[in-house]
Amino acid sequence: MSIILDHINYVYSKGTSDEIKALDDVSMEIRTGDFLGLIGHTGSGKSTLVQHLDGLLKATSGHIYYNGEDIYDDDYDMKGLRGKVGLVFQYPEHQLFEEDVFKDVCFGPRNLGMSEKDIELAAYSALKAVKLPDELFYVSPFHLSGGQKRRVAIAGVLAMKPEVLVLDEPTAGLDPEGRDEILDMVKGLHDEDNITVVLVSHSMEDVANYADHIVVMEKGRVHMDGTPKEIFSQTEELERIGLAAPRVTYMMYELKRRGFDVDTTATTISEAVNSVIGAVWNA
Amino acid sequence: MLRELTLGQYYQTESRLHRLDPRVKLFGTIIFLISLFISQKPSCYVVATVFLICLIRLSNVPFGYMVRGMKAIVFIMMITVVFNLLFTPGETLVKLGVITITIQGLKNAIYTAIRLTYLILGSTLMTLTTTPNDLTDGLERGLGFLKIFKLPVHETATMMSIALRFIPILLEETDKIMKAQQARGADFESGGIIKRARAMVPLLVPLFVSAFRRANDLALAMEARCYNGGEGRTKMKPLVYKAWDKRAYVILIGYLVLVVLLGIFSPV
Repeated sequence: MSIILDHINYVYSKGTSDEIKALDDVSMEIRTGDFLGLIGHTGSGKSTLVQHLDGLLKATSGHIYYNGEDIYDDDYDMKGLRGKVGLVFQYPEHQLFEEDVFKDVCFGPRNLGMSEKDIELAAYSALKAVKLPDELFYVSPFHLSGGQKRRVAIAGVLAMKPEVLVLDEPTAGLDPEGRDEILDMVKGLHDEDNITVVLVSHSMEDVANYADHIVVMEKGRVHMDGTPKEIFSQTEELERIGLAAPRVTYMMYELKRRGFDVDTTATTISEAVNSVIGAVWNA
Repeated sequence: MLRELTLGQYYQTESRLHRLDPRVKLFGTIIFLISLFISQKPSCYVVATVFLICLIRLSNVPFGYMVRGMKAIVFIMMITVVFNLLFTPGETLVKLGVITITIQGLKNAIYTAIRLTYLILGSTLMTLTTTPNDLTDGLERGLGFLKIFKLPVHETATMMSIALRFIPILLEETDKIMKAQQARGADFESGGIIKRARAMVPLLVPLFVSAFRRANDLALAMEARCYNGGEGRTKMKPLVYKAWDKRAYVILIGYLVLVVLLGIFSPV
């Protein structure tokens, strides 16, 4: 069970002077249960790629298979796919429209044709899952803070009970606390409800802390594909394409250079702490 | 699909038409529109067609790009053509039951179709080759004489250019909102007229919210830079006519005279 992208190409504004090749021969596999981090420089094709996953953009050429079925088949149930692959866009302002939060979250499941009872149950459990305080259920979504809006936007997609949750820069514009809350919540959904997660991000720390599989995009191509350790050990290559390893990895290199026997493949703070304690203990 | 709207947009390229003074282009557009409405004979339209083709060639804007912008108005054009075709009295050409098509009706329908097409192409050509800034300057200077009547020329020109500038931004926003709602299973394409109108609500509410927010941000940004309207404002690049601009005026007037003369004296 997985999403397989097979030689996907996508060209924006084909045939005009501003024709742009946004995706260039992208092939990859997102396995069920993955927590995939998708990183890349601005304009590397990350957002274009995720919009292909639920069929919002149709590849100029290539195929996408969801659980073994080609989503470009004429009789493929595209609406069903959008229920199964939940895509949350970067700006919650682009989707909030109802009078109150609860109604807004009901929008997705209603479109899928669930019964009224199921819709309300789904909306309630989605709002609970994103840990939105109960007293905010019936206020206008426009009166919420940035972090709360983001939660409601994620709940709006979760209410459709997706198997795969795709988040496009879910933490952009949030303060560190709000960022950790959102990502911890997503991690919880992944670990407890077995939802496959695709996290698009600029932040190497976020990806290193949460993802177990990383794809690096560069100029519309898949540049690297591997585990966080494999990817972040290639610091020079990452820097060459305008990215970097997590700051803590650099610190470990610096410690190593100064003669401490530490593990330079550490990518998260807890790994680094363990390695440093071990090194100090042995010294 | 929304990206394809070219009406009122600027097309970035290098051409003689792009470099022309915006006042000349405004004047030229008006001349061209007048020439279309006084044309009563095929020969006039031949001249207008040649003139338009020359301008399009001069502009370096791909013709395909311009035509795509026309798709939006095909429906309106069809209605006008059908009305002209069916409801013009005169000599009967074809009679099918209650429907009567007259020779005059056919002629009117063809002329109207040509006029509307050229009208849109002509004015699109102006906006495609003129940046919103230039257009504002041109309008302000060209209509400056209206200030005597206490009309807010500068403010109106600024509002117009801001409106034009916002079209692509709001289109892009619409595209994003549509996608965000489609990701939640929204369907904008199927169903009857009431269902479709209802489907627009999740699109329009975020769009209005964002338009107001953007307008507010822009107003703040303008005030932060001490913008306070036209009084006492100077320009970094004031409009000055060059030799080619003057020649363009002569060509435009020559064209109008030719169309008028053909209208009076041409046998066809």
